[in-house]
Amino acid sequence: MLEILGKTNIDFMGKRKIAFAFSSVMVLLGLIAVVQIARGAANLGIDFSGGTAVQLKFEQPIKIDEARKILESSGLGNAELQEFGQDNKLLIRVKTSTTIEEKTAETVIDVFKTKFSSNGFVVDSSTEIGPTIGKKLQEDALIAIVISFIGIILYVAARFELRFGVAAALATFHDVLAVLGAFYALDKEITVLIVTALLTLAGYSLTDTVIVFDRIRENLKTRRRETEEATINTAVNQVLSRTIVTSLTVVLVLIPLTLVGGDVLHDFSLALLGGVIFGTYSSVFVASPLLLLWPGRSGRLLSRG
Amino acid sequence: MKKVAGRLWLLGLVMVASLVSFVPTYQPVYQALPVWAKAVLPNKGIALGLDLQGGIHMVMEVDEDRAVEIAVDRSVTSLQDLLVDKKIPVESVKRTALTQITIQFQNVDLKAEIQKLLDDYPTFTEKDTGGTSGTLVWELRDTETARIKDSTINQALETIRNRIDQFGVAEPVVQRQGLKQIVVQLPGVKDPKRAKDLIKETALLEFKMLDEDNQMRLELPARIPRDKEAEIVSQFESQLPEGDQILFERSIEKETGREYRIPYVVKKRVMLTGDVLSDARVSIGQFNDPYVSITFDAKGGQEFERITADNVKKRMAVVLDNTIYSAPVIQERISGGRAQITGTFSTQEANDLAIVLRAGALPAPLKIVQDLTVGPSLGQDSIDAGVKATIIAGAMVVMFMVVYYRLSGVIANCALVLNLVCLMGALSALTATLTLPGIAGIVLTIGMGVDSNVLIFERIREELRGGKAVRSAIDAGYDKALLTIVDSHVTTLITGVALFLFGTGPIKGFAVTLCLGIAINLFTALVGTKVIFDLLNQRTKVETLSI
Repeated sequence: MLEILGKTNIDFMGKRKIAFAFSSVMVLLGLIAVVQIARGAANLGIDFSGGTAVQLKFEQPIKIDEARKILESSGLGNAELQEFGQDNKLLIRVKTSTTIEEKTAETVIDVFKTKFSSNGFVVDSSTEIGPTIGKKLQEDALIAIVISFIGIILYVAARFELRFGVAAALATFHDVLAVLGAFYALDKEITVLIVTALLTLAGYSLTDTVIVFDRIRENLKTRRRETEEATINTAVNQVLSRTIVTSLTVVLVLIPLTLVGGDVLHDFSLALLGGVIFGTYSSVFVASPLLLLWPGRSGRLLSRG
Repeated sequence: MKKVAGRLWLLGLVMVASLVSFVPTYQPVYQALPVWAKAVLPNKGIALGLDLQGGIHMVMEVDEDRAVEIAVDRSVTSLQDLLVDKKIPVESVKRTALTQITIQFQNVDLKAEIQKLLDDYPTFTEKDTGGTSGTLVWELRDTETARIKDSTINQALETIRNRIDQFGVAEPVVQRQGLKQIVVQLPGVKDPKRAKDLIKETALLEFKMLDEDNQMRLELPARIPRDKEAEIVSQFESQLPEGDQILFERSIEKETGREYRIPYVVKKRVMLTGDVLSDARVSIGQFNDPYVSITFDAKGGQEFERITADNVKKRMAVVLDNTIYSAPVIQERISGGRAQITGTFSTQEANDLAIVLRAGALPAPLKIVQDLTVGPSLGQDSIDAGVKATIIAGAMVVMFMVVYYRLSGVIANCALVLNLVCLMGALSALTATLTLPGIAGIVLTIGMGVDSNVLIFERIREELRGGKAVRSAIDAGYDKALLTIVDSHVTTLITGVALFLFGTGPIKGFAVTLCLGIAINLFTALVGTKVIFDLLNQRTKVETLSI
C-alpha cells in the first residue's frame, strides 16, 4: 500500500489562530478587490468594461515599444499591449466606454498594415464589446454568483445542520475571495472566464469541506466522550490523505492545462489551480475550526443523533 | 450471480449507446454507414464552437426609432402629395417629433377639410387642433409604433437571413435575442470583414432627381478628399433650398487609386425605392467594368417608366445608403422595367451589391453591440493546445492512479475511460457545441472523475486497516463513501447549472461539459468500478486486495 501520508496526528485545531490570521489577510485582499471592481478601478476585462481587443500574429518578432509608439501616433495612446513571446503574437486592448461604431478594431488593423508593412500578420481574433453588453454580462455574472451561493448554502444546510452549512459557505467565500484577491494583487485581468473559474472552484472547493464534515459528523456520533476540538482534529487527520489525494488529481490535470492549454485558458486554469489549493487548505484550517467558534446548545455540535 | 450480470449488461449497453451516439461526430465513419443507419442516427454530432473553428459572433441592435421615423416621414410625403392632389394650399407639413406630424396653413377655413384627411391615415390620431391658429398636430398611435418596432426587427431578421443564405455560409445562426437584439453566428467564415459589411449594409436603394435649377451647385467643388464630406455639408447647408440635400458620389482616380467624393445637390424627395425590385444581377460592361443590372417588378416597372418619361434630359441619382453610385442623364423614357447601376466598384463589390439588393433593404440601420471574430488559425492553435493539455492531463492522472492504487487504480482508470466515452457520446447526442473552455471542462472532469474512486479506495483502505475481510471492506467502502460522493457532485453541479443558465457562448460550453461529466461520473464510479470488484470477487476468492 503506497501512501502519501501514514497515520497522522497533527493538531490542526491548535493552529487555528495562525490560520485565521492568514485567511483574514487573504479575505481582506479579496474584499478590496470586490470594492475596486464595483468602483470600476480594477483591471476588468473588456467583456465586462466594453472595448476592443485585437490579437495579431506576426511573421517576425515585433518590438513592443515601436508598436506602442505607432498606436500612440494614431490616437490610440490608451491601448494596452501584451506580447506572447514564442509565437510573435501581440494582443492590443483598447477600453472604451463609447460605442463600437468607431471601428477601433479596423483602425488598429489598418495602423499595423500601413506602418508595419514589412512585417506581415494575420488577425487571430478581434473582439468588440459595446457598453450595454458589458453591463449585461456583469449583471449575468452577478446573478450566477448569487444563485450559486444560495444553492450551495441551501444544499449544505439541508444535508448538514445549519452551522455546518454556514461554516462550509464561509469557507467557500474565503476560497473565492482569496483567489480573487490574489488575481487583483497580481493585476490579472478579471474576465468572464475568470468569474467562471471562481464559480467552478466555489463548487469544487466544497468537495473537500464535505469530506471533512462528513467524518466530523460521523465521529461526533460515535465518540461522545472526547472534546469537540479533539473530535474534529481526529476527523481531519483521518481523512487528510483523501483530502490531499482528491485535490492532487485535480492539480495534476490543471498543471498541464495552465502550461500548455494556450493563452485563453492560462489564467482560467491558474484561477482554478489556486482555488483547489485554497479549497484544500480551507477545509482543514478554516471550515473545521469555524465549527468551534459557534457551539450549539449545551456546547454540543450536533443537536440530534 | 445474476446481479453482476445485469449490471454488466447495463454497462455494455451504455458503452455501445455512447459509441453509437458519437458516430455522427466522426463524419468519415458516418458517411460510410448504410442508408438505414444514417436515417436512424442524427446527421449532426458535436459542433465546434466559434472559438475553435473560427468565425463571427455578432450581436446587433436595430435602431427602432429610426424605423418609426422612416414610417412617419413616409406618411409626411404621402400627405404632401395628397394635399397637392386635393389642391389644398398649406404652408408646411413636417415631422416635428419622433411620432408627430405638424401641418401649418394660412387659411384657417381649411382646417375642417384637412382634418377630414385623417380618415385616410388610420394609424394617426389628432393630438392638437391648434385652437384658432392654422396648425394641426397628428400623432402616430402607440399601438402602431409598437407594431412598427416589432415588425422592424422581424424584417431585419428576414433580410439578414436572406443575405447570409446568398453569401453562402455553412450552418449560420440568425436569431432574435430579447426585444431588439439580433444574434448572428457565422462559423468558419474566411473573410470576416466582407461578411460583416454585407450584413450591416442597410442597402436602401433610392432614385432621386438632381436639382439642376439651383445655382448653388455651381459653387460646389468638383471633387473633395474622402474625409471632408462633413465640412462641405456644413459649409453649404445654409444656402440649400428647402427640400434639397447634398449627397456624394464615390470615385476612384484610376492612376493613383485614390478615393474622392463628388458632391451633388439632390432633391430629397424619393422617386422610387429598392423594394420594387424583383432581381439584381452582376453583368460585365464593354470596358470589363462590372455593373449591376436590376429588374423591377410590374408596379415598379410602370412607375419607373412614368418617372423617366417625365424627366427626360434630366439627371437622376442612384442612391444607396445615402451614397450616390451614379447620376446618369435620362436619355429617353425607359420601359421594360430594367435599369443599370454603374459606378466604381470591383467585381466582388458588385456581387455583394447584387446580393443586398436581391435580399432587400434593412428596415432600419443596425448597430453592432458585440462582435467576436476568431481567425481560423487561432482556432486550430486552440484545438492543438487543448488536445495536448488533455492528453498530458489524462496520462498524469492515469499514471498516478496506477502507481498509488495498483490494480484498483487500473479499475478506476477503466471507469475514467468509460466516463469519457459516455461524455463524448452524450455531447454528441445532444449536438452540443464544444468550445475551448468546454475542453477545459473535459480536462477537469478527468481530474474530478477519479476523485469518487479515490474516496472509495481510501475508505476501503481504512476498513482493511480496521481488520475487515476484503469482500466486506469493499462493500463498506462503497456504502460509506456514497453520500460523500453524492454531496461533492451536487455542489459542483449547482454552480455548473448556474453557469449554464447565465453564461453565454464559450461559458455555456464549459458548463455543459462540466455538468454532464459530473453526472456521468456519478454513474461510472458507483456502478462501473463496483461491478469489476464484484466480478473479481466472484471468480476467485480474493484474500488480498491490490489497493
